Amino acid sequence: MNAPENGSGPYPALSLSVEGLACVRGGRAVFEGLGFEAAGGDAIELRGPNGAGKSSLLRLLAGLLPPAAGAVAWTGGDGAARPPLTYCGHRDPVKPWLTAREQLAWWRDLEGDGSVEAAADAMGIGPLLDVAGGLLSAGQRRRLALARPALAGTPVWLLDEPAVSLDEDGAALLTAMIGRHRARGGLAIVATHRPTGLPDARTVHLGRDAPGGADSPR
Amino acid sequence: MTPYLATLRRDLRFAVRHGADTAVVLAFFVVAVVLFPLGVGPAAGTLAAIAPGVVWVAALLATLLSLDRLFAADFEDGTVDLFLTGRTGLLPVVLAKCAAHWLTTGLPLIVLSPVLAAMLHLPAAGYLMLALGLLLGTPVLTLLGAVGAALVLGARRGGVLIAILVLPLYIPVLIFGVLSVDAVIHAADPWPHILLLGAALLAGLVLAPPAAVLALRSAAE
Repeated sequence: MNAPENGSGPYPALSLSVEGLACVRGGRAVFEGLGFEAAGGDAIELRGPNGAGKSSLLRLLAGLLPPAAGAVAWTGGDGAARPPLTYCGHRDPVKPWLTAREQLAWWRDLEGDGSVEAAADAMGIGPLLDVAGGLLSAGQRRRLALARPALAGTPVWLLDEPAVSLDEDGAALLTAMIGRHRARGGLAIVATHRPTGLPDARTVHLGRDAPGGADSPR
Repeated sequence: MTPYLATLRRDLRFAVRHGADTAVVLAFFVVAVVLFPLGVGPAAGTLAAIAPGVVWVAALLATLLSLDRLFAADFEDGTVDLFLTGRTGLLPVVLAKCAAHWLTTGLPLIVLSPVLAAMLHLPAAGYLMLALGLLLGTPVLTLLGAVGAALVLGARRGGVLIAILVLPLYIPVLIFGVLSVDAVIHAADPWPHILLLGAALLAGLVLAPPAAVLALRSAAE
């Protein structure tokens, strides 16, 4: 398995079923009655205006928030557990005092066994590996943060506005990386304001104009 | 490398690269102790009587000063989300962060304590017991402090809140630490106090990390 990123074998089959999901933040209903299905190999784009609950939905799927109502059911993990996932929030967990290489090596030790160099190359930051996080630009920090899913080798990726502050080259690398992930049977759920350019991506609309939030055409 | 060792190495690396953070805590420890001879006068008898208490209280406050950054940076940049969603789970990470905190705060305080005790004319018999008490007590301060530091995440003026939350919990450690030194100076038996400190350490090791994990989980919601 000399392929880029963390191995290249297919992931175990997985599926996600969301039913009647509601989210309440600070006493305000962000969304309710949300339902959609997804399986390995899918890409889901979460679309909706600011405050529609895209980030909340991702945090909910990641298990960081409890649902106010409804259910999130995963298959493909060990027993009843959800499959391993990587959540990339809108903040970049990049330490200014670690070099990119040390940062990636720490992430690898925490949750994966991938190659640091391959993950860095996947997001085009190979030449920056020995630069301290504090010296990276916003876009470079984002690229470093997005190298983490490639490193972790998890079958589910939850990405919150991943393309923010990426240049065209970085966005293309991200799209390619997600493509390889899907080819292995991985699921990518991406909150975004702009079309991601992912082939055959399904869209889940959130917000007032999309009651029910079911699958709907772009 | 295991998640525990990797996190320990990461946090120690931070302490090495930002040595000022540790230095500030140690400087505070020294300055706080130095204030007492200036305040109560240089009479050796008076200073010797209060020496164990002064060193212990200063160690308590110095530890407190170092707590607010224990989880704050990882919370603000989303690293805590990464801990919570990753495969590792939070417990080894919290244990590693506590170990790194003690190595960079508690251990240097112990190393400095004989110098400060000498300045306060602590009788020679008390030195070893002071160091032993601190050796058992400072990890408890770190563990209880980690719970406090996790609880105040996201709160305004978290540093002050930690003090209010954690200082009352530090009182037993302070009492048994000081009593053990007093006992050995007055030729009494210090071991009951030392054993109680040891019991506090064992209880802290078992109870504090899971409590900190729960607090971090609720802070991330």
